[in-house]
Amino acid sequence: MSSRDRILGRVRRALADVPDGDTSYKAYEASMDRGYAREHGDRTTEQTVDLLAENLADYRAIVHRCAAADLPELLTRLFASRGSRSVLVPPGLPPHWLAAADPVRIHDRAASTPHELDRVDSVITGCALAVAETGTIVLDGSPDQGRRRITLVPDHHICVVRVPDQVVSSVPVALERLDPARPLTWISGPSATSDIELDRVEGVHGPRTLEVVLMSEE
Amino acid sequence: MSGGTFVGMPAFPEAAHEAVGNTTLRANLRHATHTIRDKRARAVAELDDWAELRAAGRRVKDHTLRHLDRYLVQLEESVVRAGGTVHWAADADEANRIVTDLVKATGESEVVKVKSMATQEIGLNEALEAEGIHAYETDLAELIVQLGRDRPSHILVPAIHRNRGEIRDIFAKEMAGWGRPAPEGLTDTPAELAEAARLHLREKFLRAKVGISGANFMVAETGTLVVVESEGNGRMCLTLPETLISVVGIEKLVPTWRDLEVFLQTLPRSSTAERMNPYTSMWTGTTDSDTADGPSTFHLVLLDNGRTDTLADEVGRQALRCIRCSACLNVCPVYERAGGHAYGSVYPGPIGAILSPQLRGTQSEIDASLPYASSLCGACYEVCPVAIDIPEVLVHLRERVVQGGEATRHGTKVMLKPAKGHAAERAAMRAAGLVFARPGALRAGQRLASRTRRLHPRTLPGPGRAWSATRELPKVPAEPFRDWWQRTQGARSKGKGNDA
Repeated sequence: MSSRDRILGRVRRALADVPDGDTSYKAYEASMDRGYAREHGDRTTEQTVDLLAENLADYRAIVHRCAAADLPELLTRLFASRGSRSVLVPPGLPPHWLAAADPVRIHDRAASTPHELDRVDSVITGCALAVAETGTIVLDGSPDQGRRRITLVPDHHICVVRVPDQVVSSVPVALERLDPARPLTWISGPSATSDIELDRVEGVHGPRTLEVVLMSEE
Repeated sequence: MSGGTFVGMPAFPEAAHEAVGNTTLRANLRHATHTIRDKRARAVAELDDWAELRAAGRRVKDHTLRHLDRYLVQLEESVVRAGGTVHWAADADEANRIVTDLVKATGESEVVKVKSMATQEIGLNEALEAEGIHAYETDLAELIVQLGRDRPSHILVPAIHRNRGEIRDIFAKEMAGWGRPAPEGLTDTPAELAEAARLHLREKFLRAKVGISGANFMVAETGTLVVVESEGNGRMCLTLPETLISVVGIEKLVPTWRDLEVFLQTLPRSSTAERMNPYTSMWTGTTDSDTADGPSTFHLVLLDNGRTDTLADEVGRQALRCIRCSACLNVCPVYERAGGHAYGSVYPGPIGAILSPQLRGTQSEIDASLPYASSLCGACYEVCPVAIDIPEVLVHLRERVVQGGEATRHGTKVMLKPAKGHAAERAAMRAAGLVFARPGALRAGQRLASRTRRLHPRTLPGPGRAWSATRELPKVPAEPFRDWWQRTQGARSKGKGNDA
C-alpha cells in the first residue's frame, strides 16, 4: 500500500464518528458563519489613506506623499539622499517615474545572479495594492513590480502606491482583489527581528530601509 | 531527536525542577513572556470582532478536519495542476528519506532552511547530516540555537532562553566553524548581533540551490502555500534556490482562498502581537513562463507522523486546529517558570503538553508526565485564536495516562495499560467512587473526619508524602456541610416541597 493510501485510510477511519455531509464549496460557504467584520470602522477614502500612512510609519517604513507630477523629482531626491548609484528597475515600471533620476538603471532579468542583485543600491517598484488597517503593501509580480527577489536582496526598497485606487481597508478586501495564481509577497515595514531579548531590530535579511510613496493620481 | 522525543529527556517534573533553579533562564523567560503577552493584548483589542474571528477560525479548522481526506486529495490535485510534485509521508523516517533523496537528486550537499516546526519534529537536519548534507537554519533565533548546539525552547522565539551576552559569545565562538566568522570586536547590542547574522547567512543564501521550508497554511482550492515571517530569511529560502522542498503537516490545510482572511488577521496578532508580520509569501506551484518567479522545481511533502492518530481521538483532535502562534506559551505560569526545554519536545508549553503525547503516544515517561505540566488555570484557552480547549484535553489525557483505555497508534486501535506510578491515585479515585455512590458511608466518614480534625497530620504519610510536600492539606470543617444544611435550612426546604 502506498503511503498516500495509508494516510487517507487512517484519516477515514479516524473520522468514522463524523457524519457524511455535502462538502461542496457552495455548501461550505453557505454553512460557514463568517460573523466577523469585512473592515474595521467607518472611514472616508481620505481617512483610509491616512490610516495606511500611519500604520506604515508605525512599523518603521518611511512614508512620503506626492502628486503624480512631482514623483520624478521626489525619487531623484530619495536616491540622492541615500547616495544610491544603481537602481533595479522592473520591466513595466512607468519610464517617466525615473525621468529625472541619476542612478544607473539595472534591469530585472531572469539571468541575473543573486550576487549581481546584492551589488545594487536600491530598487523601485509599484504594487498590487496596499492594506490600510495593517500597513501592508502587496506585490504580485506584475510588470511594474518584477520578480520577488528584486525587492528582497537590495538593502533599499522604494514602493509607489497609487492613491486612492490601490488602497484597500482590510485583509478580507485585499484577498478578494488578489489572484492566488500569482507570486504574492505581503510586506509590512522593513525586515525585522525580535529574536534577541525581544528588542526589535530592523533589517536582518531583507531590505533594511523601506520607503513608501503615496502618489495621488489626480 | 528523531521520532520526536529528545533522547535521554527526563520526565517533566524532573526537568522543570532543574530549570526552575536556573535564575538567568527564569529572568530571560519572564521578561520575554510578559513583554509579548502585554503587546498581544493591545493588538487584539484593536479588532472589535476578535471573538467572531476566533469562532470563525475554529469553525474553518474543524470543518477541514472533519473532511480532511477530501481536502487533502483536492490539495494534491491543485498543487500538481500548478506544476508541483506531492509526496506523502506516514512517519518521520519516511519524510526524512523522501527529502534526503530529493536533495541528493539535485547533486547538492547544502540546503538553506526556513524555520519549520514540522522539520524539527521529524529531526530532518540530523537525518540530512547523516547523509552528508549540511542544513543551515536561517532564522536568527534558529541560527543561535544551531550554533549553540542547543535546542529550541519556544515555538516563535526559539532562543528566548538566551540573553544578548550569551548570544554574543556563541556568535564569536562558533560562526567561523560554519562559514563567515563573526566580526572582530562584536558587542552584545541586538543591532550588531543581527548584522553579524546578516553577513554570515547572506553568503549562504546567495549560493543556495535547494531551500527547505514548512508552511503556515495550504489552500485546498488553489494549491497555494503560505509562509509568514519577519526577517526575510523565509523569502530568501523560498525565492533564490532552484529547488524548493516544503514539509507540511496534513493539518495545515484550509479549504478556500477566502479562509486566509481569518488567519492572516488572527495569527500575527496572536504570535508577535503585530497587526501584520513584516513578510508573507504565497506561492502556487511553480508559476508559468509569464510570471516565472522563484524556484523552478517545487516538492510538497505531506506529513502524518501521528496526526491521524490524534484525529482519531474525539476530544484530543481539536489540538490539530493549532496554527502555532505560541500565545498559549506566553501566558502559561508553568511555561514561564519551567522553560521550553522541560517539555522534551519541539512543541513546548500548553499546546505541547497536549500535542506531544498525542503525536508520540503516552508510553514514554516524559509523554505520560506532560498532561500534568499545567495548573489548569485556563489562560491558554482564553488566548487561543482557534479556541482549543487545552485544559479539557489535558484532563482527558490525564485520564488516559491513569486509566489506560483505547487509543490509536500508527493507524491501529490499541488498548493502553494504565501508566505506572499512578496506583495510589487510581486507588483513591476508585474509593471515592464507592463512597460517593453510598450517601450513608459518605455522611459517616465526614462526621468522623470533623470530630477528629484536631488530630489530622499536616503532611500525608507513606506514598502520599510526595503529594503533600508541595501542597497544603485542606482543613476539615467543624461540621460537614450536609449536617449544617440540615440544621439550618432543612426544616424550611422540607416545608416548601418541590415547587422550585
